[in-house]
Amino acid sequence: MKGLLPGVLTLAALSVLLRRRPLYGPLTEGFREGLLTLWRIFPPVAATLTAACMFRASGAMDALEALLRPPLRLLGIPPETAPLLLLRPLSGSGALALGAELMERLGPDSPAGRTAAVMLGSTETTFYTVSVYFAAAGVRRTRHAIPAALVSDLVGFLCAGIFVRLFFG
Amino acid sequence: MMDWVWAGLVVASLMFGALNGRLPEVSAAALEGVRKALDTCLGLCAGLCLWSGILKLLETGGASALLGRLLRPLLTRLYPEARRDREALSALAENMSANLLGLGNAATPAGIRAAQALKKGETATDSLCRLVVLNSASIQLIPATVCTLRAAAGAQAPFDILPAVWLASLCAALAGLGAEKLLRRAFR
Repeated sequence: MKGLLPGVLTLAALSVLLRRRPLYGPLTEGFREGLLTLWRIFPPVAATLTAACMFRASGAMDALEALLRPPLRLLGIPPETAPLLLLRPLSGSGALALGAELMERLGPDSPAGRTAAVMLGSTETTFYTVSVYFAAAGVRRTRHAIPAALVSDLVGFLCAGIFVRLFFG
Repeated sequence: MMDWVWAGLVVASLMFGALNGRLPEVSAAALEGVRKALDTCLGLCAGLCLWSGILKLLETGGASALLGRLLRPLLTRLYPEARRDREALSALAENMSANLLGLGNAATPAGIRAAQALKKGETATDSLCRLVVLNSASIQLIPATVCTLRAAAGAQAPFDILPAVWLASLCAALAGLGAEKLLRRAFR
């Protein structure tokens, strides 16, 4: 995986040149988009971390983690990821913020840090996605879309725990 | 929804802080949270910009279109009614390939076009539910943001989680599809 970045970069540059398309313009446009993304996610990240840090400092986070520890242990999920699990379907940047804070605190290569990263990478902001798609299509009765999407999230969380233990246990 | 979650967190912090005698720490933590957010965003900055640039090049170079063509046989199986609807099929292909490459900005508009092509009236069809389920199960070849986050936190090999992410995403997507099929009858 060490050559991934230069490899993808070379591949991308060559594919553009072979199609005789402009390279430098889209590249800088991408950089600009990256910066704009950051600009867009900072406010919700800050809002989430403010509340989450207060919650942790008050001791309430310990209570929540203690409450969820037995069921999560049973499922093989590190209990430290409990707040992430709860926020993930609701807020993408909020979950990103909690994941970043968790990795900073427990280390990115710790079992909990790795599991958090895999969770973030293998699930989406379910409620947001559902509402955007159905609103755009003018659909009012969403039927089984939300339950099915939540099943998929749950399995994603479970598998994050399983595969991290399997590959890095 | 987030309104209530946020307010709940703050109220709980105040109550627990008062009970545990940790109100000074709670006050300090509010500002600390914003500082951490700044650190997080600064840590993400370099990686996010670089990956956005790479992804833009992949899009320009036709990787997204190529992937879309490769996905067509799979898509006609997942969405049988798109077989005769060229427009729906191309929107579905664009949506899935953009998702796979992590092009969030391109995936959503294409997905919405597909949703509009698949819809029939105000009640969601099975295909539409399937589209939404697949879009809410992230299937990405390179989850760039998370890996950048890992790199910023000082991970030894930020990309070593890729196989675990692929397998977990695949299982999640398959479970979503299975649940969609099983739950159809219960939600008429």
